Amino acid sequence: MAAGVATWLPFARAAAVGWLPLAKKTMPKPPVDKKSRNDEILIVNVSGLRFQTWKNTLDRYPDTLLGSSEKEFFYNEETQEYFFDRDPEMFRHILNFYRTGKLHYPRQECIQAFDEELAFYGIVPDIIGDCCMEEYRDRKKENQERLAEDTEAEMATDTPLPPNSTPRERLWRAFENPHTSTMALVFYYVTGFFIAVSVIANVVETVPCQPLKGSKKNLPCGEKYQVAFFCMDTACVLIFTFEYLMRLFAAPSRCKFMRSVMSVIDVVAIMPYYIGLVMPENEDVSGAFVTLRVFRVFRIFKFSRHSQGLRILGYTLKSCASELGFLLFSLTMAIIIFATVMFYAEKGTKGTNFTSIPASFWYTIVTMTTLGYGDMVPNTIAGKIFGSICSLSGVLVIALPVPVIVSNFSRIYHQNQRADKMRAQQKVRLARIRLAKKGTTNAFLQYKEEGGLQDHDSDSAALCLKNRSSFEHQHHHLLHCLEKTTNHEFTDELTYSEMCMTESVGYRTSRSTSISSQQAVSSSCCPRRAKRRAIRLANSTVSVSRGSVQELDTLQIQKSTAGPQSRSSLNARTEDLKLNCDQRDYTAAIISIPTPPANTPDESLPPSPAVPGILRNSRSTASFTHETFKVSSL
Amino acid sequence: MLRLALRKDLSRCVSVMLMFFREEWEVEGLQTVGFLLIVCSSLKLLHFLGLIDFSAEDSIEDDFELSTVCHRPEGLEKLQEQTKFTKKELQVLYRGFKNECPSGVVNEDTFKLIYSQFFPQGDSSTYAHFLFEAFDTNKNGSVSFEDFVIGLSIILRGTINDRLNWAFNLYDLNKDGCITKEEMLDIMKSIYDMMGKYTYPCMQDDAPREHVENFFQKMDRNHDGVVTIDEFIESCHKDENIMQSMQLFDNVI
Repeated sequence: MAAGVATWLPFARAAAVGWLPLAKKTMPKPPVDKKSRNDEILIVNVSGLRFQTWKNTLDRYPDTLLGSSEKEFFYNEETQEYFFDRDPEMFRHILNFYRTGKLHYPRQECIQAFDEELAFYGIVPDIIGDCCMEEYRDRKKENQERLAEDTEAEMATDTPLPPNSTPRERLWRAFENPHTSTMALVFYYVTGFFIAVSVIANVVETVPCQPLKGSKKNLPCGEKYQVAFFCMDTACVLIFTFEYLMRLFAAPSRCKFMRSVMSVIDVVAIMPYYIGLVMPENEDVSGAFVTLRVFRVFRIFKFSRHSQGLRILGYTLKSCASELGFLLFSLTMAIIIFATVMFYAEKGTKGTNFTSIPASFWYTIVTMTTLGYGDMVPNTIAGKIFGSICSLSGVLVIALPVPVIVSNFSRIYHQNQRADKMRAQQKVRLARIRLAKKGTTNAFLQYKEEGGLQDHDSDSAALCLKNRSSFEHQHHHLLHCLEKTTNHEFTDELTYSEMCMTESVGYRTSRSTSISSQQAVSSSCCPRRAKRRAIRLANSTVSVSRGSVQELDTLQIQKSTAGPQSRSSLNARTEDLKLNCDQRDYTAAIISIPTPPANTPDESLPPSPAVPGILRNSRSTASFTHETFKVSSL
Repeated sequence: MLRLALRKDLSRCVSVMLMFFREEWEVEGLQTVGFLLIVCSSLKLLHFLGLIDFSAEDSIEDDFELSTVCHRPEGLEKLQEQTKFTKKELQVLYRGFKNECPSGVVNEDTFKLIYSQFFPQGDSSTYAHFLFEAFDTNKNGSVSFEDFVIGLSIILRGTINDRLNWAFNLYDLNKDGCITKEEMLDIMKSIYDMMGKYTYPCMQDDAPREHVENFFQKMDRNHDGVVTIDEFIESCHKDENIMQSMQLFDNVI
């Protein structure tokens, strides 16, 4: 009620005249109000839509953008108005807040857009009025859940395996996401097939087959082909046991795995077989054994690993637990009430079915769920009246929680659909991002290669520079400054990955201090590898390395001949490189920090004309002579 | 919608049942009781469902009591004549007033609410009540914009005597022309209430009374226990502090 307070303050101050004759002490001086009393109309131009309001209105909330002096930053002298380059539709709601003191949330707007506008104008979302608060909170929560889900899904499924995963981790991943490897997919389909076979076998077992010769009775197929069914059962159970043991082995947390629903289902599915094996073929116990076979039907639940729809259904039922509980409770109440009433109504009738209240339960349930078997019917008039009331109320009671369950299911199902679509889009999105990044670095490297970094005279400048936006110019200048700061240069992915390989393989001497020994070692021990790499370097094209690499590589291309002072990167002048292959020595170095210059290894290198390129390690980066130039990878 | 004069019917039913009850009460007794109960509960249910109505007389459907009280002030020129505010000042005042009270009048609860926002530590409801009485010159329980602006005009633009008159009017609770000690005590207590509990030095219980004694000593010339308007104005003129402080709130609006 800040608006209200501000409006009434003059009145409250004026009414203080009533205290004056009573005052014991002298009153303090009133504050001097410097600003002009006259209220003026301000014009606020939001993307062309002009809003006009009293200055006092905006001053009501001095801790927001419009109420404080922050709005002076947006003041346009020529047009004498405050210009904001924001959404004019949203601004309407912001201004209404100033006018009425209540912030409303427009239902048709995106919650994030609204939040951003509020943040821009310095308004805290907590002051949204009660009328709109619920909607705002719901939408915000939904949005946050969605974002959390997306990041979770992103991280969970498609992250590439960390390179140092144990076989156990890999096995677990294969079980959880069958799409990651072919073996996992094969296993997935095989288990699915065997589940189906097992379930069908269970079903067919009980179908009556042609009787054996010499007997008239129809046997169920299970008894006729006992051996065949037993073999099939054994095979299925073996597969299931194997799968379960594998999962148990691969699970990162065995206790958690053993407690999970799927694990329990697995155990229940295979237990009856083993119990049957263990138990003796006793007539007394076989009854119990037969009961156990009922549990074999649980194998069908193993399909939920294969079917997402089943999982969604299970998840929905879990999330609607409270509604289901309510349904159950209200049904029980109604059943008891109506059963009692029906029992007492029908008590007088001879030969009635309603022999006791529990016996009436059956009638009530059948009637309330509108089944109406007709095995128990009331005869008295009162019984019929109450029977009809019972069936009407049954319809109502059951119909009430069902929409809640349905809406929950729909929400979860759509969320799942969205997750799948997101995953598909994700790949496209990542590829696009990668392409954009590549494009930028490509542009920069090309810029360098075309000699844009040097101080040209105007002629060559005109040749080298293509049509670039000022943004690109400034961006390239910035990258160039970074290069100069760190004394490293940007290169492409291929060269960097090759540096990585050499380092991991054996070029550990790169960081030791003595240079000459390294060079000797490197040049002598792996000339072939060096040669291979050089050729690859010569043919490489620029590609952006994924992710950010902390270490900077430096590929030094030394020119033994005093060539022209020109710089070239690897990507463009491949022809040049090939041509000048013989004359140049290639030196590669892996450097993590810019190091002080060391002696150039030029002179100390033994000549090796046969090998077109030798990659050597050297520590120095900064001390390049005019003949050397470096290309470092990002 | 059925309207039954149900009481008559019910009594008739009951008498019939009782007769029945008396005759064959052994077997049918319980049944009858059960039947009665069921009938009553069904009637209640039907009433609940809105199918029958129990009340015999016509009930007025007062779903929404629309408070369509909307008061418009007289014209701007008239108000300009009545008060000493300029046109612009009146405009500003009215805009603020209308924003807060779109219906055009302020009632006492709103008054109290407004005042309580300015004095959050104490209880300002009593003083707000007295103030309301002072502004509500025609005693109709609501302060319209005219009352509001006329009152303000006296306080802010009136002569010293006008203001003193207004203050006297505020203290004189029953508007009989003189302030008794009890009236003054009420006013004083309400003012001290606004201070709240946490004061320095601690609020003594007899502080209002003491203050009233002080006041009466100063103002009551003839020591007759009441202060009349003339005594009040005369004493105030003699007090330099009060005279000076009267100019304090001149430029509030």
